[in-house]
Amino acid sequence: MVPLSYYLVLSGILFACGVLGFLIKRNIITIFMSIELMLNGVNLSFVAFAAHWHALAGQVFVFFVMVVAAAEAAVGLAIIISVYRTRETLNIDQVNLLKL
Amino acid sequence: MLSVHLILFLVFGAVAVAGAVNLLVQTHPINSALSLIAVMAALAGEYLLLGAEFVAAVQVIVYAGAIMVLFVFVIMLLNAGVEEHTKGSRVAILLGVPGMLAGTLLVAWVDLKYSGTQPVPVGALPGAPRTIGLLLFHEFLLPFEITSILILIAIMGAVVLASKPTAAGGPAKKVHD
Repeated sequence: MVPLSYYLVLSGILFACGVLGFLIKRNIITIFMSIELMLNGVNLSFVAFAAHWHALAGQVFVFFVMVVAAAEAAVGLAIIISVYRTRETLNIDQVNLLKL
Repeated sequence: MLSVHLILFLVFGAVAVAGAVNLLVQTHPINSALSLIAVMAALAGEYLLLGAEFVAAVQVIVYAGAIMVLFVFVIMLLNAGVEEHTKGSRVAILLGVPGMLAGTLLVAWVDLKYSGTQPVPVGALPGAPRTIGLLLFHEFLLPFEITSILILIAIMGAVVLASKPTAAGGPAKKVHD
């Protein structure tokens, strides 16, 4: 028997690590992975609340979050490939202009 | 007293947090990707503890399998190297690390103090594939169909964005022999 708050604290730690990675990382792929880490943290709190309130809809929401994350990963990585093709760098400090 | 459930929660949680911190510490993207896979596998264990069998299986298959393979594939394709730190990123580290530590401690304190300590029992809510499937195809049928359209748009967008600029149409550069 684990209290609900333990799951929420773990979820908060994972989300905070994701935000921190988004801030301090300079590689565009690692920044993208930090976003996935944030999504995973939120998914954990969804499942914990679903178990706590006996509402299966929470698990269905996690399913939808995963679908959106998959679509986002496909499009985002295509954008990264496109950026690399035109700028020949993955460092976001050197990608600071919209026009080429 | 430590129950088996609590011990398993602590083990999986420690693996997840260690993987998340390792993702931040590593400088090469491939190491970060592998530690993110460890985080996702540990979270699948947490989902099993909460009785969400279907979500745990999808987490391993879709997240740790499909999405992370896509990431590793792109890292290999672009030959991503060790990241270099600039002045801006050092400022971000100096301000970001204490800020996020303070935020995490605040959230943890509020959670532990105010959210109550009702325990979540094991297997109280069986998230078996059959139950989830019935819910998905009855109550959530419209969102399910909309996500299929979203996936279709994402496929087309990925193909268009990642294709060569000459093949995308528009004012493309013609190569004359």
